[in-house]
Amino acid sequence: MNPTTAPLGKDLVGLENMSAAQLKAILDTAEAFKEISERRIKKVPVLRGKTIVNLFFEASTRTRISFEFAEKRLSADTVNISSSGSSVVKGETLVDTARNLEAMRIDMVVMRHGASGAAQFLADRIPSSVVNAGDGRHEHPTQGLLDLLTIRDHRGRIDGLKVCIVGDITHSRVARSNIYGLLALGAEVAVCGPPTLLPLATEELGVQVFTHIEDAIRWADVLNVLRLQLERMESGYVPSLREYNRIWGVTNARLEAADHDLLILHPGPMNRGVEIDSDVADGEHSVILNQVTNGVAVRMAVLYLLAGGQPESAEAAKQGGEA
Amino acid sequence: MSGKILLRGGRVIDPSQSLDATLDVLLSRETVAAVSAGIEAPENARVIDCAGLVVSPGLIDVHVHLREPGEEHEETIATGAASAAAGGFTAICAMPNTDPPIDDPAAVGFVAAEGRRAGAARVYPVGCISVGRAGKRMALVGEMVQAGAVAITDDGSPVMDSGLMRMALEYARAFGIPVADHPEDLGLSANGHMNEGLVSTRLGLPGKPNAAEDIHIVRDLLLAELTGGHIHLQHVSTRFGVEAIRQGKARGVHVTAEASPHHLVLTHEAVDGYRTEAKMNPPLRTAADVEAVRAGLADGTLDTIATDHAPHHYDEKEAAFAEAPNGIVGLETALGVIVTRVVGEGVIDLVTMIDRMSCAPARAFGLPGGTLAVGSPADVTVFDPTARWTVDPKAFRSKSRNTPFSGWELEGRSRLTIVEGRVVFEG
Repeated sequence: MNPTTAPLGKDLVGLENMSAAQLKAILDTAEAFKEISERRIKKVPVLRGKTIVNLFFEASTRTRISFEFAEKRLSADTVNISSSGSSVVKGETLVDTARNLEAMRIDMVVMRHGASGAAQFLADRIPSSVVNAGDGRHEHPTQGLLDLLTIRDHRGRIDGLKVCIVGDITHSRVARSNIYGLLALGAEVAVCGPPTLLPLATEELGVQVFTHIEDAIRWADVLNVLRLQLERMESGYVPSLREYNRIWGVTNARLEAADHDLLILHPGPMNRGVEIDSDVADGEHSVILNQVTNGVAVRMAVLYLLAGGQPESAEAAKQGGEA
Repeated sequence: MSGKILLRGGRVIDPSQSLDATLDVLLSRETVAAVSAGIEAPENARVIDCAGLVVSPGLIDVHVHLREPGEEHEETIATGAASAAAGGFTAICAMPNTDPPIDDPAAVGFVAAEGRRAGAARVYPVGCISVGRAGKRMALVGEMVQAGAVAITDDGSPVMDSGLMRMALEYARAFGIPVADHPEDLGLSANGHMNEGLVSTRLGLPGKPNAAEDIHIVRDLLLAELTGGHIHLQHVSTRFGVEAIRQGKARGVHVTAEASPHHLVLTHEAVDGYRTEAKMNPPLRTAADVEAVRAGLADGTLDTIATDHAPHHYDEKEAAFAEAPNGIVGLETALGVIVTRVVGEGVIDLVTMIDRMSCAPARAFGLPGGTLAVGSPADVTVFDPTARWTVDPKAFRSKSRNTPFSGWELEGRSRLTIVEGRVVFEG
């Protein structure tokens, strides 16, 4: 239970510096925890007596609910704080918010924040474990992990697969977490999108760059299609959503032109008819809802491991033990 | 009270007279009275043994932010002047981006008066180019010069309107003062928080490309060429910018330029981990840029070393990176950082360092000092080039502690700072 001996250390800030062994430990633990959500009584006492604060400075539905289910199914006590109506909007600084929570003796903070680096900032200043639920355009590690788990579920491996992330890479924390996790586990990674939304330094990360979606589809085994935020059009990165769909949209026609089947992921929420067509999203190669299901299992695994649980004890823990 | 001071047996380095020898320096009241070997101590003179120390014309920093009026919790003119004296500077030029900005003769007079009252390093006011630093209408440049302004700048912000910059360069010719510009095209950089590159991509922070700075450097050079005005380019940080200035000088453009200590020794890697103490504008750039700034300093393309001393309260820097303000304090670390990392790594020698930190800034801004010629002002810096010390921000005279050099082991430290024949710092 001592966080210093925990397999992940104290915090989960990002996947960038995570080893393949650590990533595999999380995925294997998540694999074991999947079954809890399929039970009639979806609750095990793994985190009984632990206090977790879900601190959301940015609106989020999917991620917040997924974390909350993960926490509740592991029997943790949880408090949700969102930016509206809390002292956050009254001008309290992040560090003061953190210190006040700490003074109430909590065990973990799950935080979503609009500023890149906010999770690291918090992790450096409080002894509780910090789980990054998305910080600015930096990282969204649990999303990266659930994408990895979903790919592994359907392809049996990550190593050697060709995965292309499609869309707005510049502003995407999902893209960064995917890139780091996939590279660590031996995948080949590419990105594809309008050059205005691809960082100039992408190739220095060890990632291939495609500007034509047809080329990306021909190359890839897996497409992870990112949401195109409406504000990207408003700030002029792309002239129109319609044009984006016509040039970079993932459509059945484009997928059928490839001589192999691709696995289609999307972190949601989708803009149907913009970055992805409905018949692709709902089609036979889409694993978008599997991603959502896996999200709960991955988050349970992360919370369990940060609380000091060991991957090899996960099965026993599920049967009634605590982390 | 300034009386007579005899600085005995130091290594006297004065590039303005091509002097580098073990000599005595006699200061009499407010001027340098003699520089030679074996000066006999006059009656009542204070004799200071300078064996093993360097005696040089007082260091001058043409780019500091003193925050008064408006942000006195970060720095005041008095604490800034004391910080300068402790760092070995005998004169500093105060940037006008205060609140309210220094854009009229009364405000210039206030800075000058507070500077005199501080009784430490000399404080030279710099006035705004535009009224309210709004970038629209030219400020009362002539009257500000009469009140003591030694240059004009909208520093903190660039002058985005090229027409206004042209007018400022033309008008300032009448007063023989430089127009200093913070070269940055905001259309390219305004949303950025650090250098655009691999580190910004990894950290997920919006970047400022080199091109944002390069475009304005080239524009300013062209406008100086057009008008015959004197452009002073502040804190040059890019390799192309250095080369453009080098070529401009070769064409005869009246341009002077600065290198900041941090752009001479740090790269954007220093930001990794979201270190807000390494957040500044222009941002820390790549190793290739640092090499170019070093080469530019060595060959004189960049005339002066200027700290861009920018105090911020720790509460403001203790924030998520995008929310933290730009800038670091520099007056008390500049000498040590330059001696250790720039002279120590063979980029320039001590003689050139003193030119870039004293003679050249005096020439560029038309200030008294920058020389130990007999009859010149008794502004003298005495420093120990081998003294080892560890940077401890808590010991700063400055009100602020925001430095990326905290904990650095440095060599080279000021021992004695003399302004108008008066000892204003002794350490």
